[in-house]
Amino acid sequence: MNDQQRQQNYDDMVKRLSPKSEKPFSLLKAFVVGGLICTLGQGFKDLALQVLRLDQEGASLFCSFCLIFLSALLTGLGVYDRLGKFAGAGSIVPITGFANSIVSPAMEFKREGFVTGVGAKMFVVAGPVLVYGISTSVAVGLLYYVLGLLGG
Amino acid sequence: MQAKRYGRQSYALPSKPRVCSFASTAGKKEGEGPLQNSFDVVVQDDTLGEKSWEKAETRMLSDTVSLCLRKAGLREEDVDLFLGGDLLNQIVSAGFAARGLQIPFLGLYGACSTMAESLLLGSLLLDGGFAKRVVCATSSHFSTAERQYRFPLELGNQRPPSAQWTVTGAGATLLTCEPTHPIAVEAVTVGKVIDLKQNDENNMGAAMAPAAADTLLAHLRETGRRLEQYDRIVTGDLGRVGYRLFRELCKQEGLELGDRYTDCGCDIFAPEQGLQAGGSGCGCSAVTLNGHLFQQMLAGNIRRLLFMATGALLSPTTTLQGESIPSIAHAVSLEVVPCC
Amino acid sequence: MLLTYARVFLCGGLICLVGQLLLLYTRLTSARILVAFVTLGVVLTALGLYEPFVEFAGAGATVPLTGFGYLLGKGAIDAVAEKGLLGALTGGTTAAAGGIASAIVLGYLAAVLFTPKTKE
Repeated sequence: MNDQQRQQNYDDMVKRLSPKSEKPFSLLKAFVVGGLICTLGQGFKDLALQVLRLDQEGASLFCSFCLIFLSALLTGLGVYDRLGKFAGAGSIVPITGFANSIVSPAMEFKREGFVTGVGAKMFVVAGPVLVYGISTSVAVGLLYYVLGLLGG
Repeated sequence: MQAKRYGRQSYALPSKPRVCSFASTAGKKEGEGPLQNSFDVVVQDDTLGEKSWEKAETRMLSDTVSLCLRKAGLREEDVDLFLGGDLLNQIVSAGFAARGLQIPFLGLYGACSTMAESLLLGSLLLDGGFAKRVVCATSSHFSTAERQYRFPLELGNQRPPSAQWTVTGAGATLLTCEPTHPIAVEAVTVGKVIDLKQNDENNMGAAMAPAAADTLLAHLRETGRRLEQYDRIVTGDLGRVGYRLFRELCKQEGLELGDRYTDCGCDIFAPEQGLQAGGSGCGCSAVTLNGHLFQQMLAGNIRRLLFMATGALLSPTTTLQGESIPSIAHAVSLEVVPCC
Repeated sequence: MLLTYARVFLCGGLICLVGQLLLLYTRLTSARILVAFVTLGVVLTALGLYEPFVEFAGAGATVPLTGFGYLLGKGAIDAVAEKGLLGALTGGTTAAAGGIASAIVLGYLAAVLFTPKTKE
């Protein structure tokens, strides 16, 4: 038996003997928690629009701020990681998950200093989201500019 | 020279260095597991009152070494050599512990195989007459390992069912060349680095099982022994996935392990504790050996034990660069002998 | 009103469910999934597909990270219409500035106030 065959056989064995996740239940949990976080966001937005009389843009920012604040608080109190263990993507995909990915390394690397730890490591998880999000938005802006020139 | 060597990987130790004393410290979760009564110390607060997790791990390791010496009625200056290591970059826990202990120190890195590696080297040095007493110790800490290898502690992520939980714990064994104690190291087998191209860092058991099988086969082949000559064969931290794979690999080679085989990673946590595939880390095999297993030997329940700690020799950098996980396992054969 | 909230819950939940499917069936880490979601949000916005979805689902579309992508994409497109080429560079980041700054400031405050605890 050569090396490649041996590796292939072993891969098959690993697949056969590794446990499978409890899929249906974890999907349900992600759906419900994710849905609830979004519903909470809608609540904040409606509050801003109807009670605080903010405009659309202000209301969106108010909604994001409240969710980020809640996420930061729950992360600080050590609750968000438990929510994450329960809900998986349900608490990773909403903006609260993005906030958790910034707050948790900020706290974690406090002992390495406020500049070289907190400051430097804050975006260790969330950095790529900004890099790709912002870069794509610039590309889209350029594309629209060029299309505008051609069309206009 | 030839008389001390069984083969390329295995050595005989005719002087049979003895286990003079042993000690273990475990964390809260380990202290709630099936082996809870076997540890010398269970720490409820895993910071040990220190300012950082790294400081806590260093404290745990150095306290465990001191306890091990105290149990033998010895002091630091009575020991010739401290062999140890841990999982952190530049093996800082061991190095910093050695700074306080002031015992001549050789730092080892074998990932989670360090307990077997240190026992192996320690007994070779004793058998060679280079030292009278050697202390072998290693530690791991869930929180230091997590922040180095994985994610910040407060990040809300899920672990797949094949993932293992790094044991918070430290274990120390004091070896002596005097035949004053019943447990002896009588042979050792140095492992080769084996890589069957597994690259899932959440399934370390799968990466390490082939290394354990390779070392077991080499040990039996070179020493000319049969499986039946051991009451117990123990792997370090294959976990529940690696446990099944190791059995299967041995079966393919015609070795039926039966119920003489156990794994420290499976034994240290109960499945109900919800820690996925079980324990891992240097501390996993170290606290199990320096508690439960040695106690079983002293009680006469195990006469001959083959202890094989397994290690995954990866780093976060190699994982990011897409490398597979090379692994190693060292075997230490321990037996109960008459003592004067 | 109730219907709006039902739509928010369903759409937001479904996006998270897709994320969970990716977590379970691919070996993508959560960081990669977040990058994919934000990029997808920008691209769908550029194609004019995300805006109608936001009108339909409200916070169900804006709270998940694809909504962050929508904010970035829409910011860039609007700014280009208003300011020309310069807008391509400033638009996205300007629109997202409020959210990013909140996360930075609150993250810093949390680091000052809290210390991480070990996982249970």
